[in-house]
Amino acid sequence: MEAGDTLQVKDGVDQETIDAVKEVSTYKYGWDTDIEMEYAPKGVNEDIVKLISEKNLEPEWMTNWRLEALERWKKMTEPKWAMVDYPEIDFQDQYYYARPKSMVEKPKSLDEVDPKLLATYEKLGIPLKEQMILAGVEGQADKPDGERKVAVDAVFDSVSVGTTFKSELKKAGVIFCSISEAIKEHPELVKKYLGSVVPVSDNFYATLNSAVFSDGSFVYIPPGVKCPMELSTYFRINAENTGQFERTLIIADKGSYVSYLEGCTAPKRDTAQLHAAVVEIVVEEDAEVKYSTVQNWFPGDENGNGGIYNFVTKRADCRGDRAKVMWTQVETGSAVTWKYPSCILRGDESQGEFYSIAIANNHQQADTGTKMLHLGKNTKSRIVSKGISAGVAQNTYRGQVNMHPRAKNSRNYTQCDSLLIGDKCGAHTVPYIEVKNNSSRVEHEATTSKVDDDQLFYCRQRGMGEEEAVALVVNGFCKDVLQALPMEFAMEAQQLVAISLEGSVG
Amino acid sequence: MEMSKHNTDAELEVKKSTVLNSGWSAKARSDAFDRIAKSGLPTARDEYWKYTNPKTLTNKIVEKASLVTEHESDIFKSVRPLKIVFVDGKFSPEKSDKLMLSGLSIERLDTIKKLDLHWAKELYGRYEKLGQLSVSRPLAAYNTAYANEGLIIHVTDRVERPINIIYEHENEYSDVILHHVIKIDSNAELTLLESGAAAARLNQVLEVEVNEDAKFNHIRVLGRDHERRAATHIFGELSRCSIFKSFTLTVNGILTRNECFLNIAGDDAMAHISGACVGDGDFHHDDTVFVTHDAVGSESRQVFKKVLRNGATGVFQGKILVKPDAQKTDGYQISQSLLLDDDSQFLAKPELEIYADDVACSHGSTSGAIDEDALFYLTSRGISKPVAIDMLTMAFLAEAVDEIDNDNLKDVILELLSGWLERRR
Repeated sequence: MEAGDTLQVKDGVDQETIDAVKEVSTYKYGWDTDIEMEYAPKGVNEDIVKLISEKNLEPEWMTNWRLEALERWKKMTEPKWAMVDYPEIDFQDQYYYARPKSMVEKPKSLDEVDPKLLATYEKLGIPLKEQMILAGVEGQADKPDGERKVAVDAVFDSVSVGTTFKSELKKAGVIFCSISEAIKEHPELVKKYLGSVVPVSDNFYATLNSAVFSDGSFVYIPPGVKCPMELSTYFRINAENTGQFERTLIIADKGSYVSYLEGCTAPKRDTAQLHAAVVEIVVEEDAEVKYSTVQNWFPGDENGNGGIYNFVTKRADCRGDRAKVMWTQVETGSAVTWKYPSCILRGDESQGEFYSIAIANNHQQADTGTKMLHLGKNTKSRIVSKGISAGVAQNTYRGQVNMHPRAKNSRNYTQCDSLLIGDKCGAHTVPYIEVKNNSSRVEHEATTSKVDDDQLFYCRQRGMGEEEAVALVVNGFCKDVLQALPMEFAMEAQQLVAISLEGSVG
Repeated sequence: MEMSKHNTDAELEVKKSTVLNSGWSAKARSDAFDRIAKSGLPTARDEYWKYTNPKTLTNKIVEKASLVTEHESDIFKSVRPLKIVFVDGKFSPEKSDKLMLSGLSIERLDTIKKLDLHWAKELYGRYEKLGQLSVSRPLAAYNTAYANEGLIIHVTDRVERPINIIYEHENEYSDVILHHVIKIDSNAELTLLESGAAAARLNQVLEVEVNEDAKFNHIRVLGRDHERRAATHIFGELSRCSIFKSFTLTVNGILTRNECFLNIAGDDAMAHISGACVGDGDFHHDDTVFVTHDAVGSESRQVFKKVLRNGATGVFQGKILVKPDAQKTDGYQISQSLLLDDDSQFLAKPELEIYADDVACSHGSTSGAIDEDALFYLTSRGISKPVAIDMLTMAFLAEAVDEIDNDNLKDVILELLSGWLERRR
């Protein structure tokens, strides 16, 4: 983003405006926190995997599960089919485990907490009470809070640092904790479901994650329970040269409902950082899961230095009849995004939805989309993808819709639209449509266009600045997806859309 | 791809020595050989062959293709074309008209290939090679390296009378390679008609250069012999304000792979590629289209319709590539299938790859069964169900057939389609 220094001063634009633009046009979450960290040595091998397992006080079956994944990973090669181009990653030159030192022993009160950790949360806009809980102050987690009803689990580098609202959730029977805790306290659930949606050797990054994941969130909603509040996980990569490998497992038992939010940021670094997460969702009969992501990892600077390489495997398995899953994602960050949240529609009448906004500016590259596998009868899926490219970025929608011969009377509707801002960027669409029975209907539509001059002219004529006008038009373009987000997230996403595009016009 | 994985005994052999000593085309053939040596023959594991198994196209042994009694020799007689007949890939002077038509010159690769110099040297293999930049097409390179027969046509004026290349199939095991080169000068125009099954296995390349303000019309009916296999390729380049139109009808065929690669190199040029296919049983039909826009203000349309039943498979792989400076591009692509029963399948990969911002590109793809409401409407008015299904099927195919400008030729195609539907009621 080259706003600021290169910005032309036009008539009626004062220095204050320029400064304001300069401020917002930079990555807001780009600071890092200088906290004493505990690292495992660089590289990945059996010892590191054992060490991670040991640090998390894991039982033997879990250690073996990881080691098996490592063995398989060693035989795999990095996938190269995506339309992304990045320098070779040296997987042995990464830290696979890092955690704030203050977390080694839980602090008793806020005074004992590393003030820098607290400052981090403050900067991220997390209220003080939640900060205390997230900082791991004992006892805080049980104090109820009447105003906000969002339970938060935060993962700082590799470690879950705290989960809020535990007791209230417990009353409803909901289990919401870090996955390392779940392995210890609910091994029967973890054993049953972990790796059942994304198998250990599913793909290169998922297998690496299976071997070295250090933490993540675990959610279990018992039968018939509507989760009393929205659950949220907050991920932050802080330490340099660390890869973050979180693992999320969500189980919605029969007839339950949960809405889950995920947010992520990382500091500005000149070197690229690795992020390879796995999210598994099991949706039983009549259950419904909403999974919303605002991905705002550091995208790299305007020259393409640094940023997060985001290789994520997300999949939901609608196992029971009438199960429903909805993925909503706003992808504005990361230097490289490789992400295809998918739905396996196994149960009859199950439904999958995918709403996505992917914004790529400057040197960002995004290759993202979804897979809808229709296996059950009368299954429905809907895909709405909005891709926006600016600067010299490349944005690809890659999706698959498969109607199995057994999936009678199923229905898919796909709409993917791309918007180009500037003549140096690219927008691509790579859909795979596989229809194997005739009672199902599949419709796919895609368009590519630029920001409409008439619309811009209209806004400009009414006194809007060029960037403001573009942001408004783009927000209109994304409306279908923004509306699918939970309220608070939608507001944040809308602002994010505008910020992500700062400096892309003029 | 390493060579080693393709060197199984069952595959076609690729030997460089056999392509040398071939006069003006030696260099093009030698280059083409290098291309296959690098890429190897296609395999089912290649992404580019994801939905169509190329095994029977690359096997050394040709599978038998029984002959059918009805020939398509005369299907275009209503437009009185100049007939050029190939029987199992061999030119038949007895069945053909004299290779003379005002406004163009026609030569045969077989008779000119030993010459040291020929104008076609510049073109032979040139557009095929260009077509390999995006993805390797080894069967086309194989064709350039080994083809001995084909037509070399130079069009210098607006030619009113169409040329009809008729491919007859009389040998149940014939394995045929044909390579045609057509150069259409500025302001010239040609209508090319192709019909017939050609061989048990056909590998065909058609290279077309359409110069400024020139027009190329192409209508093709791939033969009715059901057990035949065909891999055809069209490589074309369009100059400023030129027009390229190609329509393909496929009825029957155990395996058909039609590739079309067009490069729009001149401003304001227009390319329309369309196809209709109706398939029954073990029919497998694959349309793979790649249109590159490398000029300002150009237009492309791809319209493909497939009717499938009794386990037939339809494949569409289409791509519109808009290069960085190809502003004001208008690209449209539609691929639709009508599945008449539960065993048939439609597999599509319609792609857009766009690097210019002032463009309007869209694609659509749908798949579904006959509309029950429409069927009910027709049957409630006394039309029998099979006739009603045929009517709706014809209506579905109409959008693709409408791409043909000439009404006489359109009627020929519609008649063939309704005949096919009637026979299979």
